Amino acid sequence: MSQTAVADSDTGVPLGELARRHGLTFAGRLPSLPEYTRQLWAYRHFIASYANAKVTSSLGKTRLGMLWQVLTPLFNAAVYYVIFGVILETSRGIDNFTAYLCTGVFVFGFTQSVVQAGTQAISGNMGLIRALHFPRASLPLAITMVEVRNMVASMAVLMVIVLAFGEPITLEWLLIVPIFLLQSIFNAGLAMAVARFGSKVADFKQLVPFIMRIWLYGSAVIYPVTKFEEAVHIGWLRELIEANPLLVYIDLMRHALMQDVPLASSPLTLWILAAGWAAVAGLGGYAYFWRGEKGYGRG
Amino acid sequence: MADREPTVIVDDAHIVYRVQQSGGGAKSPVASFKRIVTGAKPSGLREVHAVKGVSFVAYKGEAIGLIGTNGSGKSTLLRAIAGLLPVEKGAIYSAGQPSLLGVNAALMNDLPGERNVVLGCLAQGMSPAEVKARTQEIIDFSGINDRGDFSSLPMRTYSSGMAARLKFSIAAAKKHDVLLIDEALATGDAKFRKRSEQRVRDLRAEAGTVFLVSHSEQSIRDTCERAIWLESGKIRADGPTDAVMKEYEAYVKK
Repeated sequence: MSQTAVADSDTGVPLGELARRHGLTFAGRLPSLPEYTRQLWAYRHFIASYANAKVTSSLGKTRLGMLWQVLTPLFNAAVYYVIFGVILETSRGIDNFTAYLCTGVFVFGFTQSVVQAGTQAISGNMGLIRALHFPRASLPLAITMVEVRNMVASMAVLMVIVLAFGEPITLEWLLIVPIFLLQSIFNAGLAMAVARFGSKVADFKQLVPFIMRIWLYGSAVIYPVTKFEEAVHIGWLRELIEANPLLVYIDLMRHALMQDVPLASSPLTLWILAAGWAAVAGLGGYAYFWRGEKGYGRG
Repeated sequence: MADREPTVIVDDAHIVYRVQQSGGGAKSPVASFKRIVTGAKPSGLREVHAVKGVSFVAYKGEAIGLIGTNGSGKSTLLRAIAGLLPVEKGAIYSAGQPSLLGVNAALMNDLPGERNVVLGCLAQGMSPAEVKARTQEIIDFSGINDRGDFSSLPMRTYSSGMAARLKFSIAAAKKHDVLLIDEALATGDAKFRKRSEQRVRDLRAEAGTVFLVSHSEQSIRDTCERAIWLESGKIRADGPTDAVMKEYEAYVKK
């Protein structure tokens, strides 16, 4: 060990004390939540441009390019229509089963793709995280924005399908906008939560498909919501099932788009639940993600 | 000497990487199960203790070269100073936000060079107006358009030298308080190297403190008056470049 004069010029003073005296900041210091929010806001252009870039680069090599944003939901709806509407004839007492089914599939698919992509938001971008400085929440938020854009295309397709199967356009269609907003906030929170969890526990990625499938079957996507009334007789259990956020968003969307549709609860209850879930998931997911901000580079 | 202003203080820093090996670990489900039941440490998860208790103080106006053999922890230490890797023990303090200038910034290979420039600049915290004003300058500096219009082609079509030049140009476009340079001078052909060395000198004049990791003795001798020699995560020597270099050379030739 040969220590030379340069390093020894401040002997006697502990290094931490020296840092404080000159006002240096600790490299791994976690910014406060308002400070973090300000940083994130300053990076809004990066988030938007990263989301854009992700869409372009994922569809860039395909021949049909951006057309896939519309084709994917169309194919999705067609597959479910053929299996449940034509082959199995699962109408089960719902007048317009195709519209009912497609609404459920599309609204559920929005959250499903956010969760799938969000799990990889941190672990799939290690190179970027270890090379550049930016608020890490930009990544799950950008992924949510990509899916929001895809969902806008899906909603356009959905409206055409619903109209084609005989539902009229009513003033209630305007409710699509707030429902969509609330679900987007819910999804953003979820994306941040799974991004942090997925970066800590790599095994989580393997479990996501099963979790999402259970959630799909529990959200009355492919069967009528009235099934719960018939099957579950314990009061609190049914309330628990009917508080499922995806069931709430799907129900509200069906209520807005279709004339006669059975609901799990009264519209007012549904709206309160929808807003509540957006607030809980949005704020909770954000706070949970922020707590881990300084550890994401470790992998 | 007493009123010299420290810009970076590294206080007994330990850095540990955790690597989850995809191919490694148990070879069969039965072996995995056995590992969980017996409570053995997952063999797929390996800890790499890359930096073991490093302490030093860097002052304003200094240019410090980090030397050492491959895998001695130089790049890891640089990333930790930049705040990109958390320290396991100890602390690293810095004035302002240190920036790491490297060529390993992950960009999007399916996007054209131009859009990568925009994305890279935004990720460094530039405003959209600033990005718009500088994009052309960055592309010109990288020289990727010297042979036709390459900036509108996807980056996957670039040669490795072209990609490295563009990445360097993006990273070097910003002003920095504390600048950390990781092997960036080695990219590109001789003509580009000359241009990038000039750029680094300019950046050094603007920045408070510069750290340089390089395997080129010449660029360390040219740019740095102080050198720190890291070996297996520990400081072997810290002092004027000439003295440290002499010791290091003697060690390497052994």
